[in-house]
Amino acid sequence: MVETQDANALTAYNIQDKDPIVKYREIKKAFGDTEVLKGIDFDLYPGERVAIIGPSGSGKTTMARLLMTLEKPTSGTIEVDGRYLWHKEVKGQLVPADEKHLHEVRGDIGMVFQHFNLFPHMTILKNCTEAPVKALGLSKKEAEERAKEMLDKVGMLEKAKDYPASLSGGQQQRVAIARALVMRPKVMLFDEPTSALDPETVGEVLQVIKDIAKQGDMAMMLITHEMSFAHEVADRICFFDEGIIQEQGPPSQVFTQPKTERLQEFLKRFHMNGSS
Amino acid sequence: MISIDVYSIVLPLLLEGAMVTLQLLVICGILSFLMSFIGGFSRLSGIAPVRWVSGLIIEFIRGTSLLVQLFWLVFALPLLGVNIAPGLAAIIGLSLNYGAYGSEIVRSSIQAIPKGQTEAGIALNMTPIQRMRSIILPQAFRIMLPSFGNLMIELLKGTALVSLALTSDMTEKMMQMRNTVGHDTQLLSLLLIAYFIVGYAVTLLFRWLERKFSAGRV
Ligand SMILES: Nc1ncnc2c1ncn2[C@@H]1O[C@H](COP(=O)(O)OP(=O)(O)OP(=O)(O)O)[C@@H](O)[C@H]1O
Ligand SMILES: [Mg+2]
Repeated sequence: MVETQDANALTAYNIQDKDPIVKYREIKKAFGDTEVLKGIDFDLYPGERVAIIGPSGSGKTTMARLLMTLEKPTSGTIEVDGRYLWHKEVKGQLVPADEKHLHEVRGDIGMVFQHFNLFPHMTILKNCTEAPVKALGLSKKEAEERAKEMLDKVGMLEKAKDYPASLSGGQQQRVAIARALVMRPKVMLFDEPTSALDPETVGEVLQVIKDIAKQGDMAMMLITHEMSFAHEVADRICFFDEGIIQEQGPPSQVFTQPKTERLQEFLKRFHMNGSS
Repeated sequence: MISIDVYSIVLPLLLEGAMVTLQLLVICGILSFLMSFIGGFSRLSGIAPVRWVSGLIIEFIRGTSLLVQLFWLVFALPLLGVNIAPGLAAIIGLSLNYGAYGSEIVRSSIQAIPKGQTEAGIALNMTPIQRMRSIILPQAFRIMLPSFGNLMIELLKGTALVSLALTSDMTEKMMQMRNTVGHDTQLLSLLLIAYFIVGYAVTLLFRWLERKFSAGRV
């Protein structure tokens, strides 16, 4: 398949003969008169880790929010595991999706937010069991077992009975990661998970994400300004500017031989000089 | 000073009136609480006409005097051929009035919950009803409590108005007494104290509720 060969060149990940788990096609998004995304075509393969980098305001967050169904595209389609996300197929025609359809499809997607968004009125454990019980229909016991396993994974099991307000930012973000993992999504979105953190807690959160990336076969879309982290974790780097993907490829290539001038300029700001 | 045997007439009457006042407070408190949620949710409805109509009704009720509303229910409604007992009129009038204020408390408290909470709920694939019940309402309710406490005290004071036209609450009883035994100053002071006692009990109740619903706050 020609498409797969092309795709293989873009990523360090071994796609084999897998089909993409997420497909963006000609996605556009405008807020009022401002067009934020100007036509995104993007494939994410099962188990692949893609880092999205780019200047502030370039549309990275918007791209993730469209997939999480927090924002609706102005035009274009997104497919998740072979199903349209924002559309339903009725007699061969694509019609806008309703809440029920969104509910069915977005179960494959999970998201970690810049500002954690933990539920302040629930204990750490309850934060992690509420949705599994309500949305997945797990028993309380099953949900707690899963939650404890994930809290252990992010090193937060001891705090299970505490409330979010008593935790540091880094600890809250680790809980938020565990909470998203408990749902066992096929694709996990991270929107600048460390930008709101004190410098001293950034490391612990990046470490947790690296650990998760090493295990399991969950696809990951990581929006980040941490270039060395992106280099280490990602199979593919996707450079965003002005609402389109300007350049993408495996980290070894993107960071050392950026093709576009924009990316060269952008990397200079992080003291990553393309040619050196 | 009022003599002992006058007190023996005044106090039972005051208590009798206090029971009516308390009944009004409890019944209208519960009804206006329910109306507050119906009104508040209507104002946040996804269906535009529901928002407009509820907004119009709430603003109309808030913008007209309770006293005039009560007079209207008691004196104007019968002229239109609808006769309701004065007690019922008092309950309807008070509940609608304080329910309208309460609707704004419910609406603004729900809107005060950060958008990130809803978004986290969506990201965890919870349905709109699940998000409202487990995420938004518990947090919004905590914000509502102090305002509802205020509203209940306003309601208590509002019940005094019904004595003018309608029922035999404690204000009305004391006014009767003034006519029969005189001693205006002491009687009215007694009435003030009686309202204060009930009002303070309401305050304590709501403080207790606030503590009970403060999980997770530091
Ligand atoms: N809800 C909204 N309403 C109006 N404009 C919006 C909205 N959300 C985002 N925008 C605008 O869209 C543009 C892209 O925003 P987005 O958050 O996707 O950028 P970003 O690449 O994530 O930037 P950053 O690195 O600062 O997070 C910005 O100019 C932003 O102001
Ligand atoms: Mg962003």
